Amino acid sequence: MSSMSENPPRNSFHLSQLIYDTRYRSMTIQVVTLGLVCVGIWWLVDNLLANLGELGIEPSFSFLSSRAGYDIGSGFGTALMGYTSASSHLDAAFVGILNTLLVAALGIVLATVIGVIAGVLRLSKNWLISRLMAVYVEAFRNVPLLLWIVLIYAVLSESMPVPRDYRPNADGVANVEMIFGAIAFTTRYVAIPGPVMGAGSGILSIIFVLSIIGAVAYRRYAKKLLFDTGRLLPMVWPAIAIAFVPSILFFFILGRPVSLDYPVIGGFNFSGGIQISNPLVALWLALSLYTGAFITEIVRAGILAVSKGQSEASEALGMRANRTMSLVILPQAMRVIIPPLTSQYLNLTKNSSLAIAVGYADVRATLGGITLNQTGRALECMLLLGLFYLALSLIISFVMNIINNSMKLEER
Amino acid sequence: MKKTIFLGTLTVAGLCAAAASAATLDDVKARGNLNCGVTTGLTGFAAPDANGVWEGFDVDVCRAVAAAIFGDENAVEFVPTTGETRFTALSSGEIDLLARNTTWTMSRDTDLKFDFIGVNYYDGQGFMVPRELGVTSAKELDGATVCIQTGTTTELNLADYFRANNISYEPVPIQTNAEAQQQYLAGACDVYTTDASGLAATRATFEAPADHVLLPEIISKEPLGPLVRHGDNEWGDLTMWVLNALIAAEELGITSANIADMSAAPTNNPEVNRILGTEGELGAMIGLEADWAKNAIMAGGNYGEIFERNIGENTPIGLARGLNAQWTDGGLLYAPPFR
Repeated sequence: MSSMSENPPRNSFHLSQLIYDTRYRSMTIQVVTLGLVCVGIWWLVDNLLANLGELGIEPSFSFLSSRAGYDIGSGFGTALMGYTSASSHLDAAFVGILNTLLVAALGIVLATVIGVIAGVLRLSKNWLISRLMAVYVEAFRNVPLLLWIVLIYAVLSESMPVPRDYRPNADGVANVEMIFGAIAFTTRYVAIPGPVMGAGSGILSIIFVLSIIGAVAYRRYAKKLLFDTGRLLPMVWPAIAIAFVPSILFFFILGRPVSLDYPVIGGFNFSGGIQISNPLVALWLALSLYTGAFITEIVRAGILAVSKGQSEASEALGMRANRTMSLVILPQAMRVIIPPLTSQYLNLTKNSSLAIAVGYADVRATLGGITLNQTGRALECMLLLGLFYLALSLIISFVMNIINNSMKLEER
Repeated sequence: MKKTIFLGTLTVAGLCAAAASAATLDDVKARGNLNCGVTTGLTGFAAPDANGVWEGFDVDVCRAVAAAIFGDENAVEFVPTTGETRFTALSSGEIDLLARNTTWTMSRDTDLKFDFIGVNYYDGQGFMVPRELGVTSAKELDGATVCIQTGTTTELNLADYFRANNISYEPVPIQTNAEAQQQYLAGACDVYTTDASGLAATRATFEAPADHVLLPEIISKEPLGPLVRHGDNEWGDLTMWVLNALIAAEELGITSANIADMSAAPTNNPEVNRILGTEGELGAMIGLEADWAKNAIMAGGNYGEIFERNIGENTPIGLARGLNAQWTDGGLLYAPPFR
């Protein structure tokens, strides 16, 4: 206790110190602001509930378990959920969620591929190619996404033949012939052959998965060998061979367990095979091309951020241009590219909610559209939608942060 | 970010709810015009003409209500609504009256907190297909692609009907009638389904209406009527009796041609006198002038005149009166007595 006397006296604390003492001031301001924000939120919620109560409307989520009563067009989500009009509104929401995830995933992959290729070509020394890429970027970046979605959809639905044009008339001649007798573009969908899994197809898929893992392992080994010893093994062809040759061999050894189901024109539509709906195609292409244009600029910026000395050094070592790009420039550029790329992925995912413009059954169209209308539960549906997009965006950010950390410069 | 979204949603919802106040008639009078929700464009029911003036069967209901209140049939602001936005627009107070061929159902009346003020068109859901398909019955539509307006009762009827008949189909959800028309003509769907009156109106605008047939099946009851917010009974009464006045006027033979004479002096028919305000105090009972019904009827004529001018057999839409004839002619129109 005797040591206390050496410390400065602490019992002289005055309330005014909360404002005038710089040690406490920032804390005071934060506490007061937080308090104000809480009061503001409370006021808004209270106001909302009071007004809704006055109108006799009480927020309730019980509608989610009641019968939906409406049908959703066939597609990824509907097939996976086994959805019918007798399913619940919650099931309809999940159908929408699956469809949103599908188009977001497809869009992210294609947008990245387009963006990286166009970004590299944008810096090409070939005048024509770099100008063409500039035109692409400006055209897609400066026109609203909704217009591109509607335009692509209109082109698909107006320019393609209707399914009944594929039906042979009395003379056995159809107005339009299928491409290779297997693919049909129509106003509604693209019909392509689908796989039919016969006996033994399970073994085949296991072999295929294993050989893909093998191919990846081979690439890792080759890369490690290159970095450790400098010996360069051929990478592309062996990897492709490892991935596909065993599957093809076993396909014949097992007696062709997987066959193709060709689409056949029926009364109104094609049956059999897989139908990729035009709304999905339009949405996917528009989202990918639009976001791809932004990614192009991000990739270009990332490449330009790598010092010129790096490419000069690798050229001095005798590396070819494409190896310089893939082994020296891009790995370093990735550090600049990934953070803005994350926000582009988030944009793409959220922009997929424009699906309703072409009648694609995403979560905005099922939960936030038809369910909202049929039940009249606008507040609840919008709240759930907001939470879903928030969760999805946070998951994407989380994954991208992991990738970003693994790419980070390791400082020694 | 979490907070921002939450706050934004709540603010919007809070404002919307606050805007819906009780005394609609006072608000309308203070504003000087009626805000009336109509379709985004359905020929014959509600569509702007070449000069941008709204006209149609539903539009005339709006005009009659405006004329009853202000004595001016043009004191209406028309707010185009889609199947999706109409109910939000009404419950938020953006519009005072929704006249948008909306089906009267129990859950809309109770759960969504609206009041239907009557039926101005008895309809049912039908199907339209291109003639070249050679389809003669809805039962032959197995595997067809069907265009359907989302957020409507027709969407649910369709699912129920095809399920009950064990027929498969592929729905194409669309937002407005114009979009449906474009999709249907482009062949994105084989069938367009909505209320039979709407199909007739849509077909009338095609280049070659004869190339499309309406199938004989009518798969639902669709009593279409104007509606108001629940909770303001005075406003509900006012609009209901304007509609009844239009129907009663046809039954009693009050037309836009003879209304000036009939309202100049009391006639021999006391009910006509009570409607036209030359006898009794009916106008004051709903907070309006004595000549409210006279103005309402003069706006576009009685119910029969409105019907014939917009959607009747002499128009391109060519709908017969059918169920929508007066009860005296074997129809369902039956206005309660003005007494």
